[in-house]
This record gives sequence, structure tokens and C-alpha cells, in this order.
Amino acid sequence: MARRWLASLALWLAWSAHAAAPGPPAELEARMLALTAQMRCLVCQNDSVAHSSAPLAADLRRDVLERLQRGESDEQIVEALRRRHGDALLYRPPLSGSTALLWFGPASLLLVALAVVARVVRERRRHPPPDV
Amino acid sequence: MTRFWLPLALFAGLVVLLAAALRPAGAPAGSAAMVGQAAPALSLPRLDEPRAPMSRDDLLGKPWVLNVWASWCAPCSEELPALKALVASREVRLVGLNYKDRDAPAAAWLARHGNPYAATLVDVDGRAGLEWGVVAVPETFVIDRDGIVRFKHSGVLTEALVRERIVPLLESLGG
Repeated sequence: MARRWLASLALWLAWSAHAAAPGPPAELEARMLALTAQMRCLVCQNDSVAHSSAPLAADLRRDVLERLQRGESDEQIVEALRRRHGDALLYRPPLSGSTALLWFGPASLLLVALAVVARVVRERRRHPPPDV
Repeated sequence: MTRFWLPLALFAGLVVLLAAALRPAGAPAGSAAMVGQAAPALSLPRLDEPRAPMSRDDLLGKPWVLNVWASWCAPCSEELPALKALVASREVRLVGLNYKDRDAPAAAWLARHGNPYAATLVDVDGRAGLEWGVVAVPETFVIDRDGIVRFKHSGVLTEALVRERIVPLLESLGG
């Protein structure tokens, strides 16, 4: 009986060692997921490369993981993929002439709106409408 | 009078700006990213000549066209007339990149539709396509004699596009 138990224990150990062997270290996997979470899946709307089940997203995750295993830094990887797929890949596109409107447009619209409100308020203080 | 016209003008300006942003872009996102960059390395087996692999550097010296296709890609057969017109109209090396496909259906597809490619490279797992920034097949690239990508088109190639964009570009590149 004991021998049988030993044999099945050995089998189980061998199996779990085999199951655990492949796959990258958890730390690299975590870095890969953090990097690809910043990337827009280019073939599906509103999903990141980290979370999409599209084949292209799987290819990109594998590519990022292989680059991490080769020792590339996070910045090198993001830059290499941005050169290949364009700014549209990144949820936070880099600041450049073509993305300036994207970065500063909302804030400047808000400033314009505040200026208009301030002017209206000042105007009304000086000349209150008759019915107030 | 300004009280009325100024907000209206601002609102009209905003409408124009938003309408311009809503207008469908001519090209899909990220489409022009590779243009101006060196063509990625291509060291792949050939479908037509398995014993003679081809690399990017074999193609230096003259402009060439790379067309990414697959037998499982329905629009790829739609653009074949345009590709054949390109090869018929001028002497240009048209290289096919068979993307995430298998050799048997790919060869059968070429036999059925006619083969416009001077060479067909096999990219079984899509790694080469990824290096070229391929997002969805078909995609077409024009590469100059120094190995710089000069043009990229995502989607089906039309004869008009070949006539109006690719042929003049090849002429200016001295192909």
C-alpha cells in the first residue's frame, strides 16, 4: 500500500514539475501585462492589448514578453512598438505637433468657457438685469 | 449685437472642429507608421522555391512592392486584378508575404487565382508581419532602392490606387 502511495506521489510531483516548468517568470509576465495594458488593441474597439483575445493582441503580448526576456527596457519596448504601429497604439500618445490639440484642447476650451462666464458675471454685476 | 453673434460664431467653430474629427479618416489608425522607416529584416522560406530563402538585402538596389496576403483572406482575391495590372504595366518586383497561412492552401490559392508574385515568402506564425506592423491583411508596401518604406496601404488595393499612387511613386523612385 505504502509503495503505491509513494509511486503516485512521485508521479504527481513529476507532473506538477512538468506543468510548472514552461512559461516565463511571473515578474516578467507582470511587466508584460503592465506594458500591454497601456496599448490599444488595434483590431478591436475599446480593449487593451493586455486584455484582448484577438490573435494580433496575443502576438503583441508574445512580442513584448520576448523583448523583456532579451533584457530590453520598458521605454525601449514602447518606443519600438510605437514606431511600428504609430501613436494610435498608445492610450497616452506622446506630445507632438499633431497631438497638441488632443492634449491641450479640452483644457483650453475650459479656459475659454471660464473666461466667458467671468465676463458675463462681471457684466451683470455692473448692469444688473431689471427683473433681479 | 456681439452678445448674439460671438457665441454663435464660437459654437459654429466648435461644430466644424467636431465634424472634421468625426469624418471617417482616409486610412485606418496607425497606417502610415512604417512610412519613412527602414524595411524590417525578412529572412523567410519561400513558398515557390523552398531551397532558396530570400532576405530583405537581396532586394536592395531597386524599388520593390510587398503585398501581405493569405488564402483565408477573402478581400485578398479582390485585389488580385490590381496587382496583376501593376506587374503588367511595368517591370517591378512584387513580393508576396503569405501571412499566418499553410503552404498547401496557399499554393492552391495561387494556382486557382493566378500568381502575380515574383516570390512568395512564408510567414507561418505572423512574426515577420508583426515586424512590418501588419494589423490586418491585405496590406501593401512600396520599398525604395535603399530599403526605406515609402508607401503603405491597408486594405484592398484598387486599380485606381495602383495607377494614381503606386505607379507614379515607382516612377519617381526610378524603378
